[in-house]
Amino acid sequence: MNQNQIVLPRARKGKNKLVFWMVCFFAFLTMVPLFLIIWDVVSKGYENFNLRLFTEVTPSSMDALMARMNNDPIPGGILNGITGTLLIVGLAILISVPIGLFIGIYLADNRDRHFAKVISYLTDLLQGMPSIVIGIIAYSWVVKPLSSYSALAGSVALTIMMLPMIVRSTEETLKMLPAAYKEAGLALGSSYTNVVFKILLPSGFGGIFTGILLAISRVTGETAPLMLTALGASVVNWDVLEPTSAIPLLIWDFYNDPNLIGLIWSTSLLLLIVIFLLNWIAKIVASKWKV
Amino acid sequence: MESIKITNGKGPILQLKEVSVSYTPGKYAVNKVTTDIYPNTITAIMGPSGCGKSTLLRAINRMHDLYAHIKTTGEIILKGKNVLETDPMEVRRMAGMVFQQPNPFPTMSIYDNVLAGYRLNGIRLNRGDKDEIVAKSLMSVGLWNEVKDVMTKRGSFLSGGQQQRLCIARTLALNPEVLLMDEPTSALDPISTNRIEELLLQLKNDFTIVIVTHNMSQAARISDNSMFMYLGEMVEHGNTTQMFTKPKNRRTEEYLTGVFG
Amino acid sequence: MEAFGEYGVWGFIANGEWDPRSATEEYGALSFIMGTLYTAFFALFICIPFSLSVALFNGEYFKGKKISSALSSIVDLLAGIPSILYGLWGFYTVRPVIIEMGVNAQGFGIFLSSIVLAIMIIPYASSLSSEFLSMVPDNLKEGAYSLGATQIEVIRHISLPTAASGIVAAYILALGRALGETMAVTMLIGNTNRIPLGLRDTGNTMASVIANQFGEADGLKLSALIAIGLLLFIITAVINLIAKIVMKKLSQL
Repeated sequence: MNQNQIVLPRARKGKNKLVFWMVCFFAFLTMVPLFLIIWDVVSKGYENFNLRLFTEVTPSSMDALMARMNNDPIPGGILNGITGTLLIVGLAILISVPIGLFIGIYLADNRDRHFAKVISYLTDLLQGMPSIVIGIIAYSWVVKPLSSYSALAGSVALTIMMLPMIVRSTEETLKMLPAAYKEAGLALGSSYTNVVFKILLPSGFGGIFTGILLAISRVTGETAPLMLTALGASVVNWDVLEPTSAIPLLIWDFYNDPNLIGLIWSTSLLLLIVIFLLNWIAKIVASKWKV
Repeated sequence: MESIKITNGKGPILQLKEVSVSYTPGKYAVNKVTTDIYPNTITAIMGPSGCGKSTLLRAINRMHDLYAHIKTTGEIILKGKNVLETDPMEVRRMAGMVFQQPNPFPTMSIYDNVLAGYRLNGIRLNRGDKDEIVAKSLMSVGLWNEVKDVMTKRGSFLSGGQQQRLCIARTLALNPEVLLMDEPTSALDPISTNRIEELLLQLKNDFTIVIVTHNMSQAARISDNSMFMYLGEMVEHGNTTQMFTKPKNRRTEEYLTGVFG
Repeated sequence: MEAFGEYGVWGFIANGEWDPRSATEEYGALSFIMGTLYTAFFALFICIPFSLSVALFNGEYFKGKKISSALSSIVDLLAGIPSILYGLWGFYTVRPVIIEMGVNAQGFGIFLSSIVLAIMIIPYASSLSSEFLSMVPDNLKEGAYSLGATQIEVIRHISLPTAASGIVAAYILALGRALGETMAVTMLIGNTNRIPLGLRDTGNTMASVIANQFGEADGLKLSALIAIGLLLFIITAVINLIAKIVMKKLSQL
């Protein structure tokens, strides 16, 4: 072999180092937006972040304008949004979790059945759907027939978004459990349902719960589907058949109304805190309940 | 313990001086090994599992550099250069390695696999040189006739034995001084093993081979000299025939007679 | 689900190569399709160096180390930020920068939306890619090192080609996400109904026009919007299907 045909080792090493540092640089840069956003939201939302946020409903545009002209702090809070989110997301959880678990369990056990493959395919399809399209679907299914926007419609939309996530995480978690658990349970003479509920689900609790938490965290911040379904309301509403507000919807309203800008950052701060909190809890659960 | 080795009348091509390798501080997987390897010989390194034979082999071509927690000390002199102080890339061209699991690169054709050493080192060759190197390497491992019509295909359809011979060809293409082989036939069937052993006996004429093996009969069949290791230390190193018939060390004898290992 | 196929206007819009809508009840989806494609592809293009770097950092260079899990946690958090907050941030913080850069007067447009969109899809592309990279067997890498290669050479000739299908699939999925993204784009793209011709232009994407105009739409307009939704659905479904097929090829390798 011709030794002098070899590319100078120093050049190759230099190239190696260069690429390494570039990778580190870009990877580092990627973290920057996160901190920028957090900093923005925290520093701007901090001043209006007070108890009123939680106890009062959104002010009308007029009231806000007058307060601004008088140099008063903006009145009102986002109680209607908070209760709305609780209602809509809560209902969505109640519907999607049982269904999602059920489908996930079914898929984990019936990998080869044709029907299971169809369901799996549909789940994937659902997962990739843009949130606004899901909003349109919920609109057609709930808003149109009922001729009114409603919290129910919003929940249906969010349920559709949560389902694939819950199904997948349940299915994956159960698949990772050693087959021995199921076999041992059955060998003791237990019925299949019992084995599922008393052995498999508890063992897989960590992964499943994490999946649910992440799904909740994802939909809590969603705006688009709610715009087409729940619409929003300026009062606290617990009736599922009436238009209802939600935290992200309020942010959108504030964005569009110059008078209400004052509340936008504190609301965003609240939203961010809730979402990060959910994610953090999910992480803790995941590490403590390692299968 | 040094005993008479087959040297072909030449000086050593590879010298190990007080070579130690540790995975965790204070615990040595290889402990102060000192010995010589002679050119154009096949040296077998044997010993029970965990005795440090693979670790020692991999120290020679600086594979341990890939893992930050592994520390190597001592001197390893290959053709006059201390391996531990030379650029690892250069060392690895001088000492080629064949692994236990055949690992042809799945994204490259057979042709490109043979030339992989050149490609990875950024060496450009013209088509004529490339063809020549490929033909020569494949012929020297006896694969030429079997694959010459399918060289543009990826190597995954080859049998285990053929894949391993491809890996050997790939290593030979770089013209290394020494061939380091880490249990190259343990994953293969007896017939392929046989073919590769025959191959090694031929390659010995042009290369120096160090082969780690847990198969004593293999060592007896093909090696000129054998090294026996136990718990990281080199217990005995000598002429294979002599070691197998009249080992100088009790532990060697116990290993050879199957007390342990 | 296919209910909105019923809406009578189907015939007009189905072909997708129409004039942009005007106030005189003429509806066509072309400008929104273009807007969607422009922003999504440009965003994908921008995100590649960043997501690839993160993927290499986590899957190859610092695989398994603590700093790698720190980085992936941070990148995961990026994925957790709701779309509307990205929109806010884009509007208040990034837009002034764009204006200063002289891209266009108001700051809105393809350029701004694509940048924010790129940041949003980085986590999707990088986490999947880094998983595939870390699945490249050590066996193969050692073989390459033993021939005298440097780390970047091993990455370039061995790791990346071996993980290629997975990485491509990851980017296709990220593209799918970018195509469907709604809120952030709605807030940043300028909401004009013409076909954007360049990065400095404003426009609308399929998702953003629906978000903006659905509330007050009825009759023909409403069906037009729903039809656009259907189109968007089909496009994203096809993209995701392609990604799955590419990933299947990986398991056959």
